[in-house]
Amino acid sequence: MRHETLAGQPRTPTDVSAMTAASLNVKPAYLKIANVWKAFGDFHALKDISLDIREGEFVCFLGPSGCGKTTLLRAVAGLDLQTRGTIHQGGKDVSTLPPSQRDYGIVFQSYALFPNLTIARNIAFGLENTRRPRAEIEQRVTELLKLVGLPDQGNKYPAQLSGGQQQRIALARAIAISPGLLLLDEPLSALDAKVRTHLRHEIKELQRKLGVTTIMVTHDQEEALSMADRIVVMNHGVIEQIGTPTEIYRHPATLFVADFIGEANKFSATAAKDAVRFGEKTFRCVPHGFDAGTAIVAAIRPEDVIPHGPGARSPGAPDIVRQPENLLDVTIGEMEFLGSFWRTRLRGADLGNETLIADFSINAARRLTLTEGAALTVELPEERLLVYPGGH
Amino acid sequence: MAMAIDTALPPGRKLKLSLDRDELIKRALMVVIALYLVVALAAPLYVMLSKSFSTYSFDLARFEFQVSDKAGNWGEPVSAVALNDRLGVVSAEKLATNSDGRLQATVFFPDFSFRSPVKYRIRGTSADASYLVGLQLHSGTEWQEFSSNEFRRVMLRPARAIGFENYTTYFSTPTLFRSIGNSVFIAFISTIATVGLAFGFAYALNRSCMRFKDGFKLVAMVPILVPSLLPGIALIYLFGNQGLLKELLMGVPIYGPLGIVVGSVFFAFPHAMMIISTALAISDQRHYEAAASLRASSWRTFWTVTIPGARYGLISAAFVVFTLVITDFGLPKVIGGQFNVLAVDIYKQVIGQQNFEMGAVVSVILLVPAIAAFVVDRMVQKKQVALLSARSVAYQPKPDRRFDALCLAWCSLIAVFILGIMVTSQFAALVKLWPYDLSLSLKHYAFDRMDGGGWASYYNSIRLAGITAIVGTIIVFVGAYMVEKTEGFRAGRSAFQFLAMLPMAVPGMVLGLSYIFFFNDPGNPLHALYGTMTILVICTITHFYTVGHLTALTALKQIDQEFEPVAASLKQPFYKLFARVTVPVCLPAILDISIYLFVNAMTTVSAVVFLYSKDTALASVAVLNMDDAGDVAPAAAMAMMIFYTNAGARLIHLLLSKGIIARTQAWRMR
Repeated sequence: MRHETLAGQPRTPTDVSAMTAASLNVKPAYLKIANVWKAFGDFHALKDISLDIREGEFVCFLGPSGCGKTTLLRAVAGLDLQTRGTIHQGGKDVSTLPPSQRDYGIVFQSYALFPNLTIARNIAFGLENTRRPRAEIEQRVTELLKLVGLPDQGNKYPAQLSGGQQQRIALARAIAISPGLLLLDEPLSALDAKVRTHLRHEIKELQRKLGVTTIMVTHDQEEALSMADRIVVMNHGVIEQIGTPTEIYRHPATLFVADFIGEANKFSATAAKDAVRFGEKTFRCVPHGFDAGTAIVAAIRPEDVIPHGPGARSPGAPDIVRQPENLLDVTIGEMEFLGSFWRTRLRGADLGNETLIADFSINAARRLTLTEGAALTVELPEERLLVYPGGH
Repeated sequence: MAMAIDTALPPGRKLKLSLDRDELIKRALMVVIALYLVVALAAPLYVMLSKSFSTYSFDLARFEFQVSDKAGNWGEPVSAVALNDRLGVVSAEKLATNSDGRLQATVFFPDFSFRSPVKYRIRGTSADASYLVGLQLHSGTEWQEFSSNEFRRVMLRPARAIGFENYTTYFSTPTLFRSIGNSVFIAFISTIATVGLAFGFAYALNRSCMRFKDGFKLVAMVPILVPSLLPGIALIYLFGNQGLLKELLMGVPIYGPLGIVVGSVFFAFPHAMMIISTALAISDQRHYEAAASLRASSWRTFWTVTIPGARYGLISAAFVVFTLVITDFGLPKVIGGQFNVLAVDIYKQVIGQQNFEMGAVVSVILLVPAIAAFVVDRMVQKKQVALLSARSVAYQPKPDRRFDALCLAWCSLIAVFILGIMVTSQFAALVKLWPYDLSLSLKHYAFDRMDGGGWASYYNSIRLAGITAIVGTIIVFVGAYMVEKTEGFRAGRSAFQFLAMLPMAVPGMVLGLSYIFFFNDPGNPLHALYGTMTILVICTITHFYTVGHLTALTALKQIDQEFEPVAASLKQPFYKLFARVTVPVCLPAILDISIYLFVNAMTTVSAVVFLYSKDTALASVAVLNMDDAGDVAPAAAMAMMIFYTNAGARLIHLLLSKGIIARTQAWRMR
């Protein structure tokens, strides 16, 4: 899945959602999180988080464990009250309301289905005592069962279903009361890889169909990239970046984002005018604000490294080299076959002691007959070289 | 990387969740149950503690008298202390008394005659000096006048002071403080014996392929169903003055330490066996495979794998047995003879000598080892949990003819001991006159002809056990639910948790005595409960609260903690979740709690012995009283009635559990 996008081909689904997000820009914020802090003694799990989520949007909180994403979700749900800050939902201040007075449905990683109630009774749990006639409840349950693709399973008990099926029931139960907000707390983490991929697609479909504003917490970048309209990348209790999946992936705002989402080669470098210097070479890059001589970090994703034939520098070479200054002569070290692409470790005089990791498509490898120990010229495209302040 | 702009938390108040109805109901419920525990546990214990520091003495300087001559002319006022200095009628030792002390005023007037026309006046020198006239309590500094005939009914009341005098008295009275050594000695020996025997038994059950394992398990549980008095009675029949097997002891009397230790082994055995068996059952087969692959001898494997694996179980069992034995009252009462132990001392001080303050002192002393054992046990238990691993492979014993035979012999020996005690007790209850006329008769079952409460006491016991089982289970389970499944209110919840754990450390005698102090105080609005069935129920539930609480907590912890948030997000009240999901899922645990309470309410003696009244006599207390009165055979008969009732209750519980589980827990099946 990942390499498709990494090979630089256009990614239709995300681009579409980026457009959707753009068109959503006009709508006012449905959920408004403002200056939220969460302190556990001296430890601050959330530090001044502000975030607007628009109606109908699918937002992912993404980050490593302990980054505060679940804490933020639980604050939105009223399960763990924030220490400071306000939360407005649909124009109403819900900052200190208990869960029962907020308007959301929630799905947990553990499914949290009531084991002694049948599937139908589980889904109907939130519908009962709303003075709805029994027949109407039954009808709604049937409808929901069909919606999540499990018709005729209503009389079974949760333990008789597979994990993926149980999670669909949990989803059905959450949306049964037609909540204004759907909260998903790592809903797919407990499932097998195959089921996960499948269900992620279904959840996204369902969310689009219902148009319900959704927040999903996940530590799985693939999940976030494929499902979210916007991703909120968090680390150490702060938001590192908010953006559409393509924005986040193509233009990571911080080194952390570049490193956490996808993969990145990182080099300690020195800033120069519209260029960076690392290894034994200076590479052109897009203009940056660093003064010449500043210690910075340059990064490039393995799939952004472009391989060229040995004669790439000669005028008559078949390859089109866009930035001859950014060419690099390397030797191929270990090659690792990862199914749909080759991961290679490149070393060379230009790199100094550093190793450059590059992913090459099967085609490219075949065309250029890449083998371990062979010489190769690679290009680090100007616009793909990412530059960040040096942390060390 | 965006350098963490680590500004400090902005100033402001901590936000508080606004409470919804659910949360209010929950807190109200928790307050109710916490209040229950305060009234039924904390307050009585506190009163008892303060009682142990209370001393009472007649403060003669507080009273003044005036006497008239026969013509009615009043003489000079004179204080009681001056009179006593002159006459020396009340010695310094006699001035020390207890809360019930009375001193007749006439002792200060050697010429007193109730027919004399001489009149007397009395007043206090301070407002709180009090004296009785008949049953009427007077106090204050106003003179009160009495004719001679009335004056003989004037009694001075003691003044209360706070101090260590009671403890000083205790430790300077050898007959009293010797009991500490006796109790610790008995408990120590019993612990070693019980844990040793139980370890062998549990080891055989878990690690051998011997036959009749289920039968042995069943037999090992029998002592739980009987009051601790029963082994005492049976031992007397076997080895007592008229015992059938008396010669076997070669002159060593069964009355005293020997009888207490043997009886203690009997009633503590199942507790130790269960704990050790659990510890052995969780051991990991892979450790043994590793040991075998390293060619360790079985002796070495035993000491390097088995014992370390079970060590927490062994320590825990030791502390449980120690506590059970040192706090037990029934057995040493029956078979202790002249050998004094702490628990019996409390009874003797309170019931025998009406010295409540000294009873309180002994109680406080008995609390020390019980609480120490409890604290150590809790610490060990916490570590034990960490040993459990879901990935352990259960140990599978392999047949070994010699080892299995050895195990069978060991278990048979213990089974014979347990069943022997039971059979002796039943046989003694049925024979006409042990050991002279061994023909059978039912005359010892005519309880109504004996002291102790008759058959009514048996029905009272069943009522007590039934009510305790039902009410207690509700209180315990709801309380545990509040502790486990409520958010926030942290301080309240940990205070609650502490109160719930406390009863484990409080011996029954101590609880019972503190109930007297607390509930029998006329100033207490709950005084009306004294002498009723209600107070027996409260006392029994409280006495056995902790085990039920822990059982409920364990069951509740296994329930997904996300249920409450889900129900709240679905706008459903917590009690709907509680009734429709929590209770059904926890039903097996709930049934376990109720049978535990039932069985213990049937067998308990220690706490209720202070609290029963004529109308609420109990079977277990009747056993004690009939034995005390010399009706030993009826006592045995009643003890066996308790056994059969408990066995029946257990059977019903078993069938009920199976039935309910089959009907309502269909969801457990795949």
